[in-house]
Amino acid sequence: MATSIGLGELEEMRARGAQIVEVLPEREYREGHIPGAINLPIKQLTADTATVLDRNRPVVVYCWDSL
Amino acid sequence: MYDYTAGKADWLAHNQPVEGEHANLATAGRVARQDVVTCRLDDRVGSVRERIERSPYGFGLVTTEGGVLLGRLRRSALDCDPGLPAGDVMEPGPTTVRADERAGKLAQRLADRGWHWAIVSTPEGRLIGVAGREELERAESQQG
Repeated sequence: MATSIGLGELEEMRARGAQIVEVLPEREYREGHIPGAINLPIKQLTADTATVLDRNRPVVVYCWDSL
Repeated sequence: MYDYTAGKADWLAHNQPVEGEHANLATAGRVARQDVVTCRLDDRVGSVRERIERSPYGFGLVTTEGGVLLGRLRRSALDCDPGLPAGDVMEPGPTTVRADERAGKLAQRLADRGWHWAIVSTPEGRLIGVAGREELERAESQQG
C-alpha cells in the first residue's frame, strides 16, 4: 500500500534522493515530466520492468492527477 | 512506496520545472512577473498607493504573510482616507489563473474581456505573479 504525499513532501524526498516514477504512457512522459523522473508506464509494469528501481531507495510514483 | 497523489497536474499548476519536449512551453507561470505591489490587510492605504504609483501596474494585491492572495486594490479605489487599512478597500477574491495555462490561450481570453493582466496563483491560492497580455502574446509567438 502506497503512502499518499503532497508537493512539499515530494520536494523533500527528491532532495533526499528518492526515485521518482511517472506511470503515464511514454508519449506523455516525453512531453514533460518531473525533472529526474523515470518512466514506467503502468500498463507495462511488471516485476521485470520494475528491476530498474533501486530497492534501497524510496520510490515515489505519480500519474496525471488524483482522479 | 509513496504516491504523489495530486500528480503531474498539481506539479505543473505550482509552476514547477519540467523536463521533456514541453520544458520551455510558454505558459502563464513562465511569463508571470513577481514585481507587483503586495501588501497585508492592515497596511495603510496611503503607503500602498505610493508604492503602486511607482510600479508599472495600476493595481496592487493583498496577500497573507504566507503569500495567499486575498484581494486586489485598484489604484482608483485608493483615493480615500490614507489611514484606512488596505483590507477595507480591496476587492476580495479576484479571478486567478493556473500557472500551466498556455500563454496564447490566456492572452486571447484576456483580449476577449478587454483585460491587460492575469493574476497567476497556485491551486491553494498562493500568489505566483501577474502575467501581462502583451508579454503572453510575445511568449506565444516566440514559441513558433
